[in-house]
Amino acid sequence: MSKNPEFVKFDKVDKSYDGKVLVVKDLQLDIAEGEFITMLGPSGSGKTTCLMMLAGFETPTHGEILLDGNIISNIPPHKRGIGMVFQNYALFPHMTVYENLAFPLRVRKVEKDEIDKKVDKALSMVSLNGFETRMPAQLSGGQQQRVAVARALVFDPAVVLMDEPLGALDKNLRESMQYEIKHIHESIGVTVVYVTHDQSEALTMSNRIAVFNDGKVQQLSNPAELYEKPVNSFVAEFIGENNTFNGEIVDIDKDKCKVKLANSEILANPISVNSKGEKTTVSLRPERALINPSEKMDNMFTGKIEEVIYHGDHTRVRLNLLGSSEFILKVPNSTSNLELNVSQDINIGWNSVDARALDPK
Amino acid sequence: MSSETKQILTTDGIPLEVSLKKAEKKNKIKAFLLVAPLLLFLVITYIFPIGDMFMRSVDDKMITNMLPKTFKAMEKWENLEELPPEEVYRSFYEDYKLLAENQQHGKLGQRLNKEKNGFNTITKKLFRQIKRNKIDESVSIKEQINKLHKRWRNVEYWLAIKRTAPPYTVAKYLKGMDMYFDSDGSITQVEEDRRIHRILWLRTLEIAFFVTLFSFFMGYPIAHLLATLPMKYSNLLMICVLLPFWTSLLVRTASWMILLQQQGLVNDFFVMIGLVGDDNRPEMMYNKVGTYVAMTQILLPFMVLPLYSVMKTISPSLMRAGKSLGGTPFVAFWKVYFPLTIPGIGAGCLLVFILAIGYYITPALVGGASGTLISNQIAFHMKTTLDWSFASAMGLMLLTGVLVIYWIYNKLVGVDNIKLG
Repeated sequence: MSKNPEFVKFDKVDKSYDGKVLVVKDLQLDIAEGEFITMLGPSGSGKTTCLMMLAGFETPTHGEILLDGNIISNIPPHKRGIGMVFQNYALFPHMTVYENLAFPLRVRKVEKDEIDKKVDKALSMVSLNGFETRMPAQLSGGQQQRVAVARALVFDPAVVLMDEPLGALDKNLRESMQYEIKHIHESIGVTVVYVTHDQSEALTMSNRIAVFNDGKVQQLSNPAELYEKPVNSFVAEFIGENNTFNGEIVDIDKDKCKVKLANSEILANPISVNSKGEKTTVSLRPERALINPSEKMDNMFTGKIEEVIYHGDHTRVRLNLLGSSEFILKVPNSTSNLELNVSQDINIGWNSVDARALDPK
Repeated sequence: MSSETKQILTTDGIPLEVSLKKAEKKNKIKAFLLVAPLLLFLVITYIFPIGDMFMRSVDDKMITNMLPKTFKAMEKWENLEELPPEEVYRSFYEDYKLLAENQQHGKLGQRLNKEKNGFNTITKKLFRQIKRNKIDESVSIKEQINKLHKRWRNVEYWLAIKRTAPPYTVAKYLKGMDMYFDSDGSITQVEEDRRIHRILWLRTLEIAFFVTLFSFFMGYPIAHLLATLPMKYSNLLMICVLLPFWTSLLVRTASWMILLQQQGLVNDFFVMIGLVGDDNRPEMMYNKVGTYVAMTQILLPFMVLPLYSVMKTISPSLMRAGKSLGGTPFVAFWKVYFPLTIPGIGAGCLLVFILAIGYYITPALVGGASGTLISNQIAFHMKTTLDWSFASAMGLMLLTGVLVIYWIYNKLVGVDNIKLG
């Protein structure tokens, strides 16, 4: 079976609610069949609006949305055949678990036997067999969440949308649900469009992540690339932790550039800078800077420890380095632990390839 | 031993339960004192008047007090097939003589005449004999009275007197249902063309039912709008719904009279658009139409508010879920939204129905002859005929009716499912 790489297509979609502000600007996004794609972004970035347009609860102000090659902008929600998991689950409180799951099948006039079979299968998928006669209020948050997932999948939709479905769960449950949803996706191969503002959730679950900000997709790539190679300072800032230096390009080469900071110079990897004199923000992941590096690195500096915070599996060290006292280091908790004390001076080094010179903040 | 180990002691050695009770006692007293004024108010303004109403409705003490000796003597009258013994006659004579001296004999005659026709004549005859001192107390009173009129020799009349002995009667309640005690004491219906109360009861139920229905069909969409519109508009709409509350009931009813009368605005409009001829204006007031229109408008907020408070709690994502799962907008509404509003529907309908069933001012003003309700009849007896015991009886029947409706509703829907706000 060949997968359609443009199974869901947003084609130059604009959306405005009040005619003054565009919540979604010129969105161009292709989602492949069977893909798990996450729309990630801060609140108000337009990600939920995109989801609602796909579900049919909002209409694009301009542009078209295509599902499997067909324009769906004029198809009402109930005819789109898109499953949806809502933020607060939206289980029907007056129906049992069985009735909740049977609802999409009953409105499709599926035979009673067939309904029983499908409901049973969907419930076993989320390991909730035996809960058929419970009311939603009698279930825990995690169980309600599973029922909501099962209900969105029970009628075999081509696409399932999930709008921050794990937002209301506690941390441990959220993590286990992340794996569970991921496994369900892998086993049935449905296309999933997932919306969240939790970056670790996005990194854990997705094939690809679309980072939204200000109504635009800032970067669309797989989790590793998104983390390792952010294309602009917003993405670098939003995904994971990040040390930044603001400066000006004084020398630029093909794969190296020299950035002048307030009172020193560092070497960086030019990503979105082209010429001398440009302002830039250099982004460096904390784990890419090493203490007393054994090998030769092209950026070597000495900093003073300002604060040491114990985090269990790692220790965070805040340094005063190159005129900034916000430089963060992550030291993994290992047997060869270093002695780290406040106001101690330490040597720090990193490779210029990991220091990405991006657009200025 | 085991009970000792179970008992938990606080640090100062007092059992925990005792300590807890002591600690809560103060709170309980405080809570009671806080509700005490309301309790007192309810007792004075609600429980006492209803009790008084009840006593009044069944009170039949007047005759009991008029014939004390007779009723006492009648207790020894065992063979009810035959005329009572001499003692009863003598007691009756003595009671009656006392009444005659106090000019109270007429009342007795009327009261007994209600019980059995023909009493008026024979008591008046007895009165004349007493006045002329024709009764000789030294010989048998029974024979003298029996000689006065053949009805005195009829045991039926004596039985009728005996029936009035108990100080309480349900006759007023029977009257409220167009029934009465026959001369032989059995319950009988009044003739068909005089069954006025039954018509009124049925009409009251009918009007209350339709007013509830109309306000439901009008209130539901309004409440839905209120619950879903953005705050800016829903506040305005809410004011429109509440506006009638801020206007006096009398003013509102009067304004309906202006609108609905034959030369009124609505009729003018119908004539203007050619719906009806100028010489053929329909009657929209002083009949059921007027009652329906005015009562529905006045009671509408009582339907809208409970519905609104329930709808406000229904997450809009439920309807969306219904639609995204493949339900048409109608199916999503009918299977998802509507069942969730049932508590509000229950509360609204119960509220409107109960208010409508005892409605008074509006039907009195716009109802005319065919649009008045049982409450108007009650008012009529309170103010015009001054038959307070009958008015009380009907009032209590109305109250019982409401309680029965509440009970049925509880059986059908469950009171726990009501949500008033």
